[in-house]
Amino acid sequence: MVAQKMKLIPRREAMCLLTSAMASSLFPLESLAGPDKVASRIADITNGKQFSDIDIYLDMPEIAENGNQVKIVFEIESPMSEVEHVKTVYVLADGNPEPDVAKFNFTPAMGACGATTRMRLSKTQNVIVLAEMANGLFAKADTKVKVTIGGCGG
Amino acid sequence: MAKVKARVKVQKKASVGEVIEIKTLISHPMHSGRAVDANGKTIPRNIIKSFTVKFNGEPVFNMDLKPSVASNPFVVFPFRVKEAGTFDFIWVEDGGKEYTASKNMRIA
Repeated sequence: MVAQKMKLIPRREAMCLLTSAMASSLFPLESLAGPDKVASRIADITNGKQFSDIDIYLDMPEIAENGNQVKIVFEIESPMSEVEHVKTVYVLADGNPEPDVAKFNFTPAMGACGATTRMRLSKTQNVIVLAEMANGLFAKADTKVKVTIGGCGG
Repeated sequence: MAKVKARVKVQKKASVGEVIEIKTLISHPMHSGRAVDANGKTIPRNIIKSFTVKFNGEPVFNMDLKPSVASNPFVVFPFRVKEAGTFDFIWVEDGGKEYTASKNMRIA
């Protein structure tokens, strides 16, 4: 009985091992998107087009305690007419396994441009919102979110 | 797998020209394909990959979702009221399975 007990790993240690093993298997460092991948993704999307100085209102928490559910709110001033409206909004993150988070396609029927959703953040990272206007111009906003407990693990 | 349930909140009455807010939520685990279960097996990827909203058959809003979107995707978006009608909400899961919801709106 005693011999058996000796073989057991203390619970606390086991938990530590388990957590670190999970963390490393979930997010091997080389698989994260990283700023370079995001920069090349942005270059892909914009395809060399110009950036305009349109303001994007981006609201995210400065510190997210839980990376599994992080609220993101964005709004862009736009008349949303046939000629002048926001066509597409990309949400990108540079510390997640892949840079793309979501892509929103807006239409003039919406009357305003903005959306709210919740996203996963695997670690402290930058979140970038990239908007494409109907006239081909782009606008960009980014914010840094500090994450205490990473998400993406599900 | 837990039952997938879509919920949508749209005000029943609105006036013409008003910009209303539509809230949607679908209970879905959004398995990213990276998480492991209690037995150490990888849970296969299964996410809601797209979300489309139509009003009286006309596409209004569309969204492409990636594994980085949190579980139980919650989306809020605006809509300018022009006439009474029906909203159709369509969520598409990996593998093509569709979940739908619809809501009516009257003019106040």
